[in-house]
Amino acid sequence: MNLLNKLDAAAALRKAQLPEAVGAFGIPIEEVYSSTEARIGENRVLLFGTNNYLGLSFAPECLKAAHEAIDNEGTGTTGSRMANGSYFGHRELEREFADFYQCRESIVFTTGYQANLGTIAGLVGPGDVVLIDGDSHASIYDGCTLSGADVIRFRHNDVADLDKRLRRLGERSAVTLIIAEGIYSMLGDQAPLVDIISVKNKYNSLLLLDEAHSLGVLGNTGQGLVEKTGMMEGVDFITGTFSKSLCSIGGFCVSNHSQLDQLRYISHPYIFTASPSPATIASTRAALKLLRNGTKLREQLWKNAHQLYSKMSEIGYKLGPEPGPIVAAILDNPKQALALWQGLLENNIYVNLILPPAAPENKSLVRCSINAAHTSEQMQHVCETFAKLYTEIGID
Amino acid sequence: MAESDYNETLQQLCQRLDSFTGSDIKVSPDMSLVNQLAIDSIKLLNLIMEIEDTFDISVPINALVDVQTVRDLADLIHKIKTES
Ligand SMILES: Cc1ncc(COP(=O)(O)O)c(C=O)c1O
Repeated sequence: MNLLNKLDAAAALRKAQLPEAVGAFGIPIEEVYSSTEARIGENRVLLFGTNNYLGLSFAPECLKAAHEAIDNEGTGTTGSRMANGSYFGHRELEREFADFYQCRESIVFTTGYQANLGTIAGLVGPGDVVLIDGDSHASIYDGCTLSGADVIRFRHNDVADLDKRLRRLGERSAVTLIIAEGIYSMLGDQAPLVDIISVKNKYNSLLLLDEAHSLGVLGNTGQGLVEKTGMMEGVDFITGTFSKSLCSIGGFCVSNHSQLDQLRYISHPYIFTASPSPATIASTRAALKLLRNGTKLREQLWKNAHQLYSKMSEIGYKLGPEPGPIVAAILDNPKQALALWQGLLENNIYVNLILPPAAPENKSLVRCSINAAHTSEQMQHVCETFAKLYTEIGID
Repeated sequence: MAESDYNETLQQLCQRLDSFTGSDIKVSPDMSLVNQLAIDSIKLLNLIMEIEDTFDISVPINALVDVQTVRDLADLIHKIKTES
């Protein structure tokens, strides 16, 4: 089989499994009206699957900052920071992240994906060990592969399992990087951070926490799970993305270990790619300010999250283990998930369809993400539609 | 001694796989994990966790690149067991 035949075979398998799913992935969005509404085809659709947790994608402060940056500094940096230099905005944003987390070091990456790749591959290498939660995001898996370290998985959110696996490593636990996420993107559950840190300390390992989905969402000032649990001291490295609550593109790593700075000289996903554009940096800086002062937005977000989670469990949907801005309905099979996803779209609600093998344990999910800007009318429409479809599709 | 250890590992692994696949096919050493036992990459990752617990060892998932058959997996387990 040649290279192209292999892709044909994979495509045929995909189509045979779910012929009707065409359009479920990468749906065409024709126009975006606001952080909660867009046009799909001829229809005005409610956005309930965009990870836009604080609803800041049209915040006037961010738009203004981005416009000014384009006018003053141009559309792109046309190269990496090593070659083309670090703009004032890159340096300021790093300083602002260090200040936000009260950390000594901070590095900005071009995407959150690269933040994980660059941090993991910079910290561990052949002979070292990465011990990752089994439900980790693909960027964590890819960072592990890039690093060349030995990769071991522990059972999702199971601290006793983590402990057992560290014990088996013996002395190698001292060259082990443990990786967990603040909020897991599939089911919206949070890591048992306090217990993970005590196990990490017992075995003298290091811990990296990816706050991609918890930044802006957890903690008084929105730092994430570290702030909610008061465990900043126990986490060695925090990574995160600008692509969710900060509504732009990019990623970061912060740490109190001064050695983080060395990654700028060794980490390929930092060095060999163009730095974030001026507009991206400017809107991120403006959004970070709003996020830090966003107590009201977080209150609204959590009010909406609790409403949807409790309404959906009342209807009878099987959900992830705890309420949060990601609410995922777990369906019995891909067909049912597709029917629910299509039913929602017919009622002008856009959510995410996640089919095996993307979701943990081969689950089929219909995943909603909630936004602080969703109005009570929008929330109500979504709750009512979920109730109606539950009976229509015969989900129980 | 080493050989009987190896045979015991292989046998234990086949038994483990019998219950893991849950099908009627009797697992034998030269079967391909993917093609004959239908263990896809996600299932393989979960199987590895079970194997780690059964044999009380660490099996890095990056070491699986050369593993195709049941016997390859037994070789890897045996190597890790004897090195530890
Ligand atoms: C847990 C997690 N980490 C990292 C990323 C990557 O972020 P980005 O979209 O900035 O590449 C994502 C987002 O898709 C994610 O869900």
